[in-house]
Amino acid sequence: MTAAVLFENVSRHFGAVRAVDAVDLAVAEGEFFAMLGPSGSGKTTCLRLMAGFEQPTAGHIEIFGETAEGVPPYRRSVNTVFQDYALFPHLSILDNVAYGLMVKGIAKEERRKAAEDALAMVKLPGYGVRRPGQLSGGQRQRVALARALVNKPKVLLLDEPLGALDLKLREQMQEELKSLQKSLGITFVFVTHDQGEALSMADRIAVFNDGKIQQLGTPEEVYKQPRTRFVADFVGSSNILPPEFVAQLGAAPQFASLRPEAISLGQSGNGRLVLDGTVLSRSFLGAANRVLVNVNGTRINVMSPAATSIPAEGDPVKLSFDRADLHLMEAAS
Amino acid sequence: MRSDKSASAPFGLKIAAAGGLLFLHLPLLLIFLYAFTTEEKSYQFPPPGLTLKWFAVTWERADVWQALWLSVRVASISTMIALVLGTLCAAAVSQTRFFGRETISLLVILPIALPGIITGIALRSAFSLADIPFSFWTIVLGHATFCIVVVYNNAVARFRRVSGSLIEASMDLGANGFQTFRYIILPNIGTALLAGGMLAFALSFDEVIVTTFTGGQQSTLPIWMLQELIRPRQRPVTNVVAMVVVIVTFLPILGAYYLTRDGDQIAGSGK
Repeated sequence: MTAAVLFENVSRHFGAVRAVDAVDLAVAEGEFFAMLGPSGSGKTTCLRLMAGFEQPTAGHIEIFGETAEGVPPYRRSVNTVFQDYALFPHLSILDNVAYGLMVKGIAKEERRKAAEDALAMVKLPGYGVRRPGQLSGGQRQRVALARALVNKPKVLLLDEPLGALDLKLREQMQEELKSLQKSLGITFVFVTHDQGEALSMADRIAVFNDGKIQQLGTPEEVYKQPRTRFVADFVGSSNILPPEFVAQLGAAPQFASLRPEAISLGQSGNGRLVLDGTVLSRSFLGAANRVLVNVNGTRINVMSPAATSIPAEGDPVKLSFDRADLHLMEAAS
Repeated sequence: MRSDKSASAPFGLKIAAAGGLLFLHLPLLLIFLYAFTTEEKSYQFPPPGLTLKWFAVTWERADVWQALWLSVRVASISTMIALVLGTLCAAAVSQTRFFGRETISLLVILPIALPGIITGIALRSAFSLADIPFSFWTIVLGHATFCIVVVYNNAVARFRRVSGSLIEASMDLGANGFQTFRYIILPNIGTALLAGGMLAFALSFDEVIVTTFTGGQQSTLPIWMLQELIRPRQRPVTNVVAMVVVIVTFLPILGAYYLTRDGDQIAGSGK
């Protein structure tokens, strides 16, 4: 099967800065693909390489089997939802949405109808006569989405589209984007620095750092089996155990990741590893308690359900966890 | 200022302001007045009588029409050149980063900061060195040097407000470079260009110094007026022409003022 987007050893250097460094990836058709990483990790440059705003310094890019190098943005079957939405301030909402059809020379009546349908799809029917300045941030975001989707792109690129929205709206839009993607069946490539967003929405995640992909996998794989310390730290929170500590547990002397919610307080179940420690601090988070425990000088975070009783600060405590939850990582990075 | 009603200006300041305004505008009124005088040799006050015959006389004089027509052509073509080059330059400086960007920005603005006489001498020597005969086109080139600055200054300020992602969004939606310019850039900078063009036209229309150095035998309207003052013959004709010049240059400047003042609204809400 042809990949929707294929990167072969793609690099983009700005002078001495390696914004994207020898990246290989293949986005499958119909997939919701997230590129996750901190700012400056190269994820947005990758998106711009797909859109055609940047050209690779080295390597090869294909979009649905066609070579993309040297093809200008206006001849690519991809559309972008920009981080700042980039709505045209001098055009009405309807003209904004119909812009892509207008420059392609579609007849006025036809593009008007298509634009109105697209606005209805993003739940803004009848907003066509307004101007971008008259809409709220969430509404502008929907217009930007409609403006891209009306062109029926093969791949939709989204550059931190939810970054400027408040929490409630963001959660609602996550749901809507996900269901929209399912019903349209279009490949979505989504850039975000929010790991929660990537985990909840994406079919697969590429975790970026320093211009390289640290790990590429399903949200579950990335969360449960982080390949590097960076991934373990960036995706969710994790206890990163040093090699000496891991060796004492009877495993190979490597860095290992242990998720706070995989640890229970007190000795429970058979065949689980048990650690002795003292409670350093505890905090109530509503649905859970976070307890910081000192085990022979190593600080371990434990996420414990709110219902369990928590020992007081300074008290000795036993920690137990399944050996399978102790995840060894590569030595590098 | 308007909201600050309680603090009325002191009486002395009012007098000074009134005096300043009178000093600026009274001579203009005198020019207008002497367009109607019956005395043609000298300016005596008060005018011995008032007449409208100088308008008819001016209308009949072929040299006035020649000079006016030349000035209009020079101003139009210089403005045209300035609009194209000034816009391109503003686009380059505001939308891209390249080596020497700040320097170019400064070099473009320099001709308007330099005294006109320097520009004039420099151009005259350059034209002589290159063996270019002084003609209509040398005047146009001379005027274009300072017209570009006006257009550039207006356009660059507006370009800075057109975010780069608008252009990318347009390209992303399938518009090529020309379509992006036509549908996205032009509507957003249009009023700034109109204002810049009007100012450039007004500047070119009454330019004397650069024209003196770069013109051949032809006289533009301001040069013609200068010559008329030296040899007095039908003096009020000059005043009639002066009135026309004031009106022709004042209207575009007024227009440019209103266009740039309301620039935000026009860019945001113009249909």
